[in-house]
Amino acid sequence: MARVKFTSALKRFFPTLTEMDISATTVKETLQLLEITHPGILGYLTEENGQLRKHVNIFVKGELIRDRVTLNDAVTAKDELIIFQALSGG
Amino acid sequence: MQTKLLVGSSKGLVIYNNFGSELKIISVQFEGLPISMVYVDERTNTWWVAVSHRHWGEKLHRSQDEGNHWQEVEVPNYNNYQYAPGKVASLKKIWMMQHAGVDRPEELWLGTEPGGLFYSNNNGNKFHMVESLWNHPSRQDPKQWFGAGKDYPFIHSIVLDPRDSNHLFVGVSCAGVFETQDGGKNWQAKNTGLVAAYLPNPNAEIGHDPHRILLCPKHPDVLWQQNHCGIFKSTDSGEIWEDISGQSGFPKYGFALAIDEHDPLTAWVVPAHSDEQRIPVDLKVVVCKTTDGGKNWITLSRGLPDSNAFDLVLRHSFVKKGNTLAFGTNNGNLYLSDDEGNSWKVISQNLAMINYLTLA
Repeated sequence: MARVKFTSALKRFFPTLTEMDISATTVKETLQLLEITHPGILGYLTEENGQLRKHVNIFVKGELIRDRVTLNDAVTAKDELIIFQALSGG
Repeated sequence: MQTKLLVGSSKGLVIYNNFGSELKIISVQFEGLPISMVYVDERTNTWWVAVSHRHWGEKLHRSQDEGNHWQEVEVPNYNNYQYAPGKVASLKKIWMMQHAGVDRPEELWLGTEPGGLFYSNNNGNKFHMVESLWNHPSRQDPKQWFGAGKDYPFIHSIVLDPRDSNHLFVGVSCAGVFETQDGGKNWQAKNTGLVAAYLPNPNAEIGHDPHRILLCPKHPDVLWQQNHCGIFKSTDSGEIWEDISGQSGFPKYGFALAIDEHDPLTAWVVPAHSDEQRIPVDLKVVVCKTTDGGKNWITLSRGLPDSNAFDLVLRHSFVKKGNTLAFGTNNGNLYLSDDEGNSWKVISQNLAMINYLTLA
């Protein structure tokens, strides 16, 4: 199972959100499973059409995912997947 | 009776209470987050707030206890509707909410960007696209519906005829005014008399920029609008718009508009200097008032900054209820008048950009 970590900023909207293990083969599948345990979070991370929001970044094994549209980057059992907010001003 | 003033700012919802005597902040909600819309459904006293998260997208919340507790509800979904061929639309911003009539207690209208009008028949638990307007031939023509300072057009005004819940108007920047008389099944452009000085044909049927549209509740055939190209009024339910900008050219440009609930001849605007500058004329913040339907305008400035002010009042940041008027500025200044605008007092000079004001 991959280890999934989150920016602390998401805790404001999903107070029970903590680092967790998720068994999935792609980033998309990871987020879909996350939606089951934390309903609504998918709408915070992705646009209506499923692509990653412009100012959200996901890293797998320390690298930014390449497919921000269909989220088909592979995730394997020992990977670490980190969900961050992009830096922005204001 | 206590009145509350709800300030939707770029850094949270600020709630004032004890309106009319000493105005005090009683609560700050959504602290640090940009508020893009505030609406109080007077039928049920349900409060609605839209939040424009920088990272997480547009969200919609409602409160049944005057802001003490909030419930996030599903935002409208464009469901793969195409904005243009091959270009799927997605929600950018919620601009406006309006209840659908006292005879339709569970129903709401919602105006969004890009160019969407949504409808709910279950008190906002789910919103559905109003396809008739989305599929209007003009909506699909980028020469008729287009963004104004933004990439996409947006629906910022929804005006309900209190006599007939099937009859309403929407204001689109840019496209203009559209009317339905059958509850949203069919739409007609209502822009005759408006001027679009930025188009090759300023009298084009569609392509106008109404910054704000209001309807006089006691005289529902009377509509006012602060437009990009002047101040306009209609006395025949939008059939003909008359330019009532000041004869000297002032007031003319601006965003904010307030009208009297009873008197169809009385309105207020907060003018600004031109599209290019968007600052107060002569750097003085003033309110202009007409009591004769726009034939004459008087300037009201008592208590307002008389020099070196750079404040702009946005389209939803000017409200009136009874004798009270209030407006907030892009610089976080909040002013209030208890005498229909004759004199003003500073409520705060320390807020963030004020996007929305509502009296509850």
